Amino acid sequence: MMEAKSFQLFPDQASTIAGHVDALYAFLVLVSAFFSLLIAFLVVYLAVKYRHRPETGPPVPHESGGHGAGGMILEIVWTIIPLGISMIMFAWGVSIYFTESRPPADSMEIYVTGKQWMWKIQHMEGAREINELHIPINRDIKLTMTSEDVIHDFYVPAFRTKSDVLPGKYTTEWFKATKLGAYHIFCAEYCGTKHSGMIGTVYVMTEADYNKWLGEGSGEGSMAEQGQSLFNQLGCGNCHPSVVNNLNGRCPNLVGLFGSRVQLKDGSNVRADESYIRESVLYPQSKIVAGYDDIMPTFKGLISEDGMLKLISYIRSLGAPNGTVTTATPLPVETSASPRPSTHAVNGAAPPAGARGGAPTAPAAPQPRIQ
Amino acid sequence: MITAPPVVQTKRNYINAESGLMSWLLTKDHKRIAILYLYAVTFFFIVGGIFAALIRLELATPAGDLMDSNTYNKVFTMHGVIMVFFFLIPSIPAILGNFLVPLMIGAKDLAFPRINLLSWYIYMLAGVFGVIVLVTGGVDTGWTFYTPFSSSYSNGYVVMTAMAAFIMGFSSILTGLNFIVTVHRMRAPGLTWFRLPLFVWAHYATAAVMILGTPVIAVTLFLLMLERGLHIGFFDPAYGGDPVLFQHLFWFYSHPAVYIMILPSMGVISEVVSTFCSKKPFGYTFIAFSSVAIAVFGFLVWGHHLFVSSQSAYAGMVFSVLSFIVAIPSAIKIFNWTATMYKASVRLETPMLYAIGFMGLFTIGGLTGLFLASMGLDVHLTDTYFVIAHFHYVMVGGAIMGYMAGLHFWWPKITGRMYNEVWSKIAAVLVFAGFNLTFFPQFILGYMGMPRRYHAYPPEFQVLNVLSSAGASILGLGYLIPGIYFVASLKYGKLAGANPWGATGLEWQTSSPPPPENFEITPVVTTEAYEYGAQEVLHVG
Repeated sequence: MMEAKSFQLFPDQASTIAGHVDALYAFLVLVSAFFSLLIAFLVVYLAVKYRHRPETGPPVPHESGGHGAGGMILEIVWTIIPLGISMIMFAWGVSIYFTESRPPADSMEIYVTGKQWMWKIQHMEGAREINELHIPINRDIKLTMTSEDVIHDFYVPAFRTKSDVLPGKYTTEWFKATKLGAYHIFCAEYCGTKHSGMIGTVYVMTEADYNKWLGEGSGEGSMAEQGQSLFNQLGCGNCHPSVVNNLNGRCPNLVGLFGSRVQLKDGSNVRADESYIRESVLYPQSKIVAGYDDIMPTFKGLISEDGMLKLISYIRSLGAPNGTVTTATPLPVETSASPRPSTHAVNGAAPPAGARGGAPTAPAAPQPRIQ
Repeated sequence: MITAPPVVQTKRNYINAESGLMSWLLTKDHKRIAILYLYAVTFFFIVGGIFAALIRLELATPAGDLMDSNTYNKVFTMHGVIMVFFFLIPSIPAILGNFLVPLMIGAKDLAFPRINLLSWYIYMLAGVFGVIVLVTGGVDTGWTFYTPFSSSYSNGYVVMTAMAAFIMGFSSILTGLNFIVTVHRMRAPGLTWFRLPLFVWAHYATAAVMILGTPVIAVTLFLLMLERGLHIGFFDPAYGGDPVLFQHLFWFYSHPAVYIMILPSMGVISEVVSTFCSKKPFGYTFIAFSSVAIAVFGFLVWGHHLFVSSQSAYAGMVFSVLSFIVAIPSAIKIFNWTATMYKASVRLETPMLYAIGFMGLFTIGGLTGLFLASMGLDVHLTDTYFVIAHFHYVMVGGAIMGYMAGLHFWWPKITGRMYNEVWSKIAAVLVFAGFNLTFFPQFILGYMGMPRRYHAYPPEFQVLNVLSSAGASILGLGYLIPGIYFVASLKYGKLAGANPWGATGLEWQTSSPPPPENFEITPVVTTEAYEYGAQEVLHVG
């Protein structure tokens, strides 16, 4: 990773999961090579050894067939052995998948919004970037992702992980980077004209460099703070109390909501995660909390996907483990329906939307470049 | 068209029995309908091949410099749509199956000759829609038509293309129906189920998949057209739909469709291997039932396309384990074909070269499928060139190698003429070499992370892409040469005689080309299939 590469035969191994995936891959390559070579050898060997000899004529009939007891044993053997080997592959694959798909509980949260054809990334602390993702090394990072339009897929080959990014839904992806450097982000789900331009770079930095990078932030406040101003601007607080123990509102109190189980009017209950909050804002009638009426209007069209993530961050901050409510000073609020297109640009470098090969140098510490 | 009968060929056959364009366009003879399909399917193979060539030309350099992104996206979409719906699905069943199933079971025709002709006209109607899309500007959704891109965002002719695939489906359903009824009702006296040639078993299983699976894609494409045309929400969340629902419905057909492409090919290989070993296939019943097992399990694995699409991990586990299980019957076939060669009398004629090529390439195609069935690995590999390499090993290395084997094997039966032996062997070797050079590097590209459907790519992927493009040019040449010697054989080829390969099937007991009614006297079957040794083995020349 430290020097320019024009040719590679194996991807960088830069996450905790990468080694596990590569080990399983190596196992499958060995098994496949063994069976491919076995078949190739047998076919060539038999074709030569038993080649047609005009002088001896056709084989004697009793040698053909394969219905005897010997044939049956062979059939059973070459059914059971591949079945056994493939069950090992199955179990091994499942165990890796379960690790890959379950973010550790205390992961650092980062939000990703895909749109044709760029990645918009928001850090909890307020930093925003496009087609770049700066992360600290050796930290569990959890991405919560959604799309503004079609299906995209956030893929980092060096981390051996990807996940579809769906419109109308949140998906997650997590990784723990183990090697400083710069790595490709690819959109792996075909998304239209500039699909192959929807690429970016992950910069894995030391914790100190990362904090320094965060400090050069936008000055717009943390995501939760920005979410709070959105909350105020949209007038959510007129009905939803956001102060501890205030139960006087016409609508459910939001303090401590995030992550809790909510009892619904129809008797069922649901965990208040990102998807639940998103759904409740856009389609409030779909899940009514027990004890409340169906009075909330929809905010569909009034809030962008980026804004929604900020709002969720704010509601999340109301339920923070220490129980304290963020005391962010309301800031001048950006228009929620159309988020500002220009974002926090690192070191003044223009976001390289769709540009290939032109990854700007990361701030602080000499960062190796992809090319 | 083969309208001018060879001068020396005086015997009445299906080709010279009638003449004139209308005698072909209104024919009810399954053999003539097979020839009609041969022309149409070959046309689409050439068009699809030209698009493949454009893809490989563009990818020879990292920058998207030959065409713009929109054009590239249309090119790979048209390549996929044409090759899947207009070439791979109809190729072996509609050409070789149509020609051979009645002959192999000693029947005069398929059960419903008029419906058989109707299938061809429906195919041609779908083809007209496809050609209209081509000449009016194309479509850029990928052959998978994923929503909401296809339903709400694409600027191409999505409805027209979906309509082409939709119509094509009915052709497929009718062909499947015809085969099933024919195999049940039209077998010659004495031809019991376990005396059927394995080619017929494979087509029977294929026909079942066609009539059970194709209606689902028809409904899915219809819903897509409704959403795109009338904004009725099924798949686009903006209209209250679910985009992943489309993927479930699409793959419910499109994964079994893979078996529509590969099962007939496996049927061909069983015939070819047996004939050129002069030996009954090892484990006849295992090969026959493995076709049925593939058809059944093939319907239960579609979710392995959705491991990264937010599908539940537990659903994923079920799809994963079933995907491993569906690989077993294919492995059984490969082992049985290999065992057939033991103590055989192996003749390396051209069809056998293709069959051996099939065994090698399909083995790799099948084994790399295990990588994708394994959930932890699939997360890294899905939507990369690894997937492209895998399914081309199955589709081109498997299905097309089988089709080429079959075409070379039955060409003397279909036309009454032999093709050039030397050139056909050279072409077979070129196809094998060119294929591997084209697609093997793509496995490595995929593991390195190069995503599919990329118009431009980072420079570290270039060397392998150049190898792949070089291989494609050899592969293209390998497909061009047979086109020349097949056509030449119609005029200059040696007369084939009824049974040039010394094979046992009923189709070899009638003259070449067969008479319109197939058999002058309805054959009575008294032995099992592939009873070599019971008869004298004849050889060409």
